[in-house]
Order: sequence, then C-alpha cells, then structure tokens
Amino acid sequence: MAFDEYQKRDFKQVGTRVRRPDGVDKVTGRAMYGADATAPGMLVGRILRSPHAHARIKSIDTSAAEALKGVKAVLTGADLPVQDEDFIRDVQDNCMARNKALYDGHAVAAVAAVDAATARAALKLIKVDYEVLPHVTDVDVAIKPGAAVVQDGRTLENVPAGMSENLTSHCEFGHGDPEAGFARADKIIARSFRTAATHQGYIEPHAALANVTSDGKAELWCCTQGQFYVRTLCAAIMGMEASQLRVTASEIGGGFGGKTTVFIEPVALALSRKAGRPVKIVMTRDEVFRATGPTVHTSMDIRIGMTKDGKITAAEAHLRYSGGAFPCGTVDMGAQAAFAAYDLEHVRTYGWNVLTNRPKEAAYRAPGAPQAIYAVESVVDELCQHFGLDPIEVRLKNAAKKGTKSSYGPTFPDIGLVAILEAAKAHPHYSAPLAPGQGRGISCGFWFNFGGNSCVSMNINTDGTVGVTEGNPDIGGSRASISLMAAEELGIDYDRVRTIVADTSSLGYNDVTDGSRVTFAVGLATIKAARDAIRVMRGRAAKIWGIEEEAVDWKDGAAIPAGPNAGKFPPMTLAEIAAVSFETGGPIAGHHEVNVDGAGVSFGVHIVDVEVDKETGATKVLRYTVFQDAGKAVHPSYVEGQMQGGAVQGIGWALNEEYIYGADGRLQNPGFLDYRVPVASDLPMIDTVILEIPNPGHPYGVRGVGETGIVPPLAAISNAVSRSAGIRLSELPMSPPRVLRALGG
Amino acid sequence: MKSIPVSTTINGDPYEFLCAPDETLLDVLRNRLNLTGAKEGCGTGDCGACSVTLNGRLVCSCLVLGAEAEGAEIATIEGMADGDELHPLQRQFIDHAALQCGVCTPGILVAAKSLLERNPDPTDEEVRYWLAGNLCRCTGYDKIIRAVQAAAAEMRGA
Repeated sequence: MAFDEYQKRDFKQVGTRVRRPDGVDKVTGRAMYGADATAPGMLVGRILRSPHAHARIKSIDTSAAEALKGVKAVLTGADLPVQDEDFIRDVQDNCMARNKALYDGHAVAAVAAVDAATARAALKLIKVDYEVLPHVTDVDVAIKPGAAVVQDGRTLENVPAGMSENLTSHCEFGHGDPEAGFARADKIIARSFRTAATHQGYIEPHAALANVTSDGKAELWCCTQGQFYVRTLCAAIMGMEASQLRVTASEIGGGFGGKTTVFIEPVALALSRKAGRPVKIVMTRDEVFRATGPTVHTSMDIRIGMTKDGKITAAEAHLRYSGGAFPCGTVDMGAQAAFAAYDLEHVRTYGWNVLTNRPKEAAYRAPGAPQAIYAVESVVDELCQHFGLDPIEVRLKNAAKKGTKSSYGPTFPDIGLVAILEAAKAHPHYSAPLAPGQGRGISCGFWFNFGGNSCVSMNINTDGTVGVTEGNPDIGGSRASISLMAAEELGIDYDRVRTIVADTSSLGYNDVTDGSRVTFAVGLATIKAARDAIRVMRGRAAKIWGIEEEAVDWKDGAAIPAGPNAGKFPPMTLAEIAAVSFETGGPIAGHHEVNVDGAGVSFGVHIVDVEVDKETGATKVLRYTVFQDAGKAVHPSYVEGQMQGGAVQGIGWALNEEYIYGADGRLQNPGFLDYRVPVASDLPMIDTVILEIPNPGHPYGVRGVGETGIVPPLAAISNAVSRSAGIRLSELPMSPPRVLRALGG
Repeated sequence: MKSIPVSTTINGDPYEFLCAPDETLLDVLRNRLNLTGAKEGCGTGDCGACSVTLNGRLVCSCLVLGAEAEGAEIATIEGMADGDELHPLQRQFIDHAALQCGVCTPGILVAAKSLLERNPDPTDEEVRYWLAGNLCRCTGYDKIIRAVQAAAAEMRGA
C-alpha cells in the first residue's frame, strides 16, 4: 500500500472538537488583521478609480497632486513595467489601468500622503482625460457580433472566426452520442438560465502595508489566502527577486476565493518604493464591490432527456460565463462540474468565456460549479415533476458511483454520493409534513477538491512540545485541524502542539488556501512531517539503547523495542527523547515537501423548505438540512461550519445577491445596504449531517469540505419555490420583484 | 480644520485625545488609541463590525464622531474580558466554534452582550433580530445563535 493511502485506524485526537488556537485572540480583539498593522513613518495610500465602464485614458495630469503639501508619491500605470506575458499583464493591468479603463471602479492612479485627508484631497487634483468608449456589461449582449469589444486580440484559436471578439475561449467535455440518447427519451426538457454575478462578501476589506527600502528589500503585510502567490505576482510586477520580498499573511477576515490574487498589494509596494516610506492601503467597501472579486455572471442552455421511469438518457449543456474584462477559465470548471453527480452514457458540455466591462472575476467558493449545477438540477427537478417521480429516487437511479466514468473524463474511485442520497432520503426532514403554501426542494452539489504544493516543518521542542510551521492562511480553523493531525500521528495531546502560519521567507512554497485543499493537502504533509520526526526520534532511542534504528517502533507517543529480539527497554516518550536531544545528536525536526495529488471529490445534497409570500414575492427559508461527505471530519465543528456557511452564501445567491449595472455601465449597488447578504433574522438553523466515506488518497481519509456547500442551495431553493408557488424561475437571484413578476403580479 | 480635544472613558479608563471634527469614533479608536478590536467592514453602518456601546447604547462606531465621545462612557471588545477571565460569551463562542475568520466576532460579541444586558433570556428569534445588524459571512449564524444562548443560560445560572 502506498504511503499516502488511506488506512483504517482508531483515532484518538482527530474527530474531537478541540478549542482553536487562535480563539482567544479573536474573541478579545487582539488578532491582527490586514488593516490592524502600522509601521513607523507610515503613509496612507489611496486609489483613484474610473467612473466610466469603458474609456481610453488619453492622459493623466498628476502635477497638482504632486505639488500638494503632504503628498509623497503619485503613481499611474506608466510607472509599472510593460509585461510580456498575458497572465501577469492582466493581473497588473487590473491593479492599475494602463491605456484603457475597462470597468467602473478600475484603478487609474494612486497617491501616498501623510494622512487620509491629504490623500483624498490629492486624488481630487489628479486630472484624467478620458475618451469614453461604448461598453457592454451583459453576457448575452456581449456575445452578439457587433457588440462593443472590451479587449481585442484576446481570442484563442479554438474560437471560430466571425464570432464576437468578446468570446475568448471555448471548451468541450463529455462522451457518448447525446442525439442517440435523446432519441430514447420519453421526455426532453430544454431550458435557458441566467445567474447574476455575486461577490464573496468577506467582511474584511483588502488591506496591505508595504515597506520597500532603498537597498531593494521589501516587506509586505496583507490579508490574503496565499502569501507565496502574492510574492510571485508582486515580484513579477515589481521586477524583484523572490528572496528580497517577504510577504506575511495577516489574520484574514474572510476570503472565499476573493483573496487569491492581488489588487492593492503591488500598488502599495510601488508607492512605497517611490516615496521611500512604508505605505498602507485599505480599501473601502465601495472599492471592494467595484474593483474586486465578483464571480462570473452566466447564461446557460440545458437539455436533458429522461425515460418515464426516471433514467436520464442524454444530457447537454451550453455555458456562457463572463469573468469581466479579462480572459477567465472559470467556465471550464462549470463545464466539467455540470453533470458530475450523474452516471451518464451520453453527455456533452460546451463552455464559452465572454468579456464584459465588469471587474475581473476572482474565485468564489467552488468557482463555476454553482451556476451550471443550478441549471442542471433545475431541469432534472422539472423532469421529476413531469413524471411525478421522487427527486431523490431519480438521483439515486442515475447517481455517479465508484467506477463511473465522469462527465468530465476521470473514472471515480470511492465516492460518497449514493450514501449521501440514502441518508437524505432516510432523514426525518425529507418526510416531514409541509403546510399549505410551503414547498420542499433538493439538489445535489459537487466540487473537485484541490491538492497542490505543500510544505510543513515540525520542531520537537526539548520540553516535549511541538511546533508546526505551515504556509497557508487559516481561514476557518485549519490551524486546529493541522495540530490535531500532528498530535494524532505523533501520539501526543493536542494541547502540546502549536501550529503557526509562516511568512514567505520562513518556509518553502505553498499553494494558495483554495479549492478546499488545506486540511487535505497540508494535513497530508503534516502527517508525513510527523513521520519524518518519528524516524529521527526512533534513531535517537536506538542510539540510547544501543540497538539498530529498525529495531525501534513508535507507539502512543513513545519509542518501543520492535520485538523481543530488540531487547527489553521501557517505552521512551517523545518528551524523554526530546529532553536529551542535545546529547544524542542535536535538535529534532521533521519536515515534508510535496505536490499533493489524490484530492477526493466531494458531493453534497441539500434539502430545503420554503414559503413564498405571494403578496411581496419574498421567499422565507423555513428549514434547511445539509448532507455532505467529509471523508474524515478532522474537527467536526469546523466541518459543520463550512457546510453551514456555504449553504447560507448559496441562500443569499439564490434569493437576493446580485451585481446590478445601470445603462451607463456603472455598478448601482456597491454597498451592503443594496447588495444584501443574508442576515441572522433571514435564516433558520442550518442542520448538518456529516458522512465519512474515506478518501483513498489521504492517510486519514480526509476530503476537502469547504466548497461543495455553496453549490446545492441555488437549485434546491428554486425547486422548493416551484413547489411552493407553482412558478419555475430560470434566473437568479429569485429576488422579490422577480418572483412577483413570475407570479403575474 | 482645527482638532478638537476630547475627554472620555473607555472600558472604565480615562482617555484624552485630539481628533478632527469629521473623524469617526472608529478611526479614533483604531488609529489614535490603538484599540483595533473594532473593525471597519463598510464604513456605512451596514455590517456592525465596528460595534461598541456609547453610554450603554449599542452603536456603529463608524457612524459616531470622535468628538461625540466627550464625557461619554464607551465599551469596546478590549474591555469585555476581566483580565485573563473571558466573558461567558467569549468562552462560549470559542467552545461552539461560533467564529471562523473572526473579523465580525468583536462586533457580534459587543452586540450580544448588549442584548443579554437588556434581555437575559431571549428567544432564538430575538437573538436573530438583535444581531440582524451584524453581518457574518462565514458561519451562516447557526453556531453564533447557539453560542449566545449557551452564554445566556450560563449567565442566568441555568
């Protein structure tokens, strides 16, 4: 059996609900987030943003701003290098426009001044001469030939000639012959859907504190999901060597994918270099909405054929996703995820990326999957209604399982979907009576889960405690989970382990905290680092006992003789070995570096009861239950937290959240008053059922759990609304005005 | 603009500071007094991350001017624990995993304490409506409601 593979074991630490190590700091206000740091002589940086959706920047006159007393640096796109490579050029141009402003809120200039008031005054003195250009913000308008072109020359070869230049890439997945499958169906339903762009909505705005010194060294403190990736991007933009730029991740006030890239970080660095002083930039909420994050907005056509006994004979999806003003690959993930829950003989998905004059898309929890799966699960539900079939039975009849060739290519190993569906069917929620006017909906959800580059160091202290150094910002309790796995493998108490998140100068490269990778991949590296430390400790015990290292085993936190032939020695604990380490060869440490493969896919099923108020069009969520496969829930409370938080973000997406653009191409609701995320009084308790179908690719069976929870709510609620109010909506969000229109009001 | 001298009481301690006439109490707390537990999530009173109490009243400190603190009693998250002894709400939030990223937590704790001072035995619905001005994007609120109720029960001696 390979070293990485799952082996059944009785856990002592993993699976317990321990207190998180950063808990006290976070309930006392002591935790340091992005905006909480200061530096001696620090300046305040602020950014000037385009009021136009699309405009050529003819000239920028910064002379009056530069002349203002207290202004120490002014920056425009002309101060940054010309980048040859498309990807890094897009990242840089999104941070600071060069020739064109591509969306309302696009950064065009920045200042650093002694205080915020001076910085604000300086922005007003910068004169930008714009030539306003025609714009397009809607995905369906942007694909029409003759639509305003956002960026020309960005179309890949696989897009046929003659189409709108806003179509930048095409992808296709699937197998079989859909038309042959459709011919065998008793009913084919084809529907078109649209979903609004939504924002990750993290409560902490982006913040960065940069300090570039005249010897070429730089320090950057920022809230990010990946300090190493920030270093890569900023070093490229700044023309710096990685070793000279140390990036420290602050505590992070939410990210959900939106803090996986850079926005203000290179700007703060460039201003600091120009001013010769530390510069701090903190975004306003208005800037967060206008210039960071949102997910794609989409337009989709789905066609599914089914026999009258509920067997899907063929399925097809055409997806058009817009990730804003820059090319974006999110539609590829939507096209792969769309039918992942089904075992299909004939399936095909087609994806198109479309440019629009909107901010550059950033990842948002299971990027690309919620939209496509919403559309698919809506049509499957409509087919169930047509034939009068039970929606869970139909999904069980068609469920992907071990050995299924997935719609996107790979053949599934052990997966949990059937077990989840059975658990949902058997749960009291599914059979609970509904009052008149209430409706119940279900939906499946899916996410691939990521692995990736991970690097962990583990130091065995001489007092028998253990320090774990990892490189992934803790976004929802991962330090507790990493400590639990370290304690489990070493055989010591959780309280004796402390895990910290290192800066980029203290550890090798770690991929971003994304794709539900950390507990899985960093956990795997932690377990292996522990095994490495155990190997060293076995050697030390062998030396003390005067026997071979191979004759020493490790059990329950202590070295023991491997068998009767090894000699009779009492167990020597980790603490005892550590206490004498200076006499047996020096400090003891373990480490592990790996690019982890084998992230097990994740499925979930949600059941929701709703009631639609036919007078106001408002939908009330009455009861909600999440079923999800965690592989092994390392810290069950935080697994539940991921399931609950994902579900509620999905509820917001389904019912209220949307980017609303005016005819002028400007975002009309860049604040939490008008972009309405769910509040406590909107919601019931979110019940959770964790299933544990071990991931064969992890020593403890762990699967990532963060993403899948946001996927099912969209269709589950739409399906429930259909059964509550007798209306089948095909556009998200199902906001009260839209529901009223559908009701004919 | 000429700065305004202000004398106030924060978490029981006397403070004096100078602030600009248009400077918010939140900016004073964070930038002048180094009390960074209150967070700015929106600056428009929509998210509650900057919640403090002013003379016992729950307010968004981003909507209060620093100058309004003159002669007032202010309580912030930094004053909630009694030395090393966490307030029951703080302890229950940790024990119930009622925080993930934690950036909304100071504001929610201040708001929840303010609720329990007025209503020591709230229904779940009363907790939900009281906290409706405090956005949390991570938890879906479920564990927050449970933690507040557990703290309320503990404080009632139930």
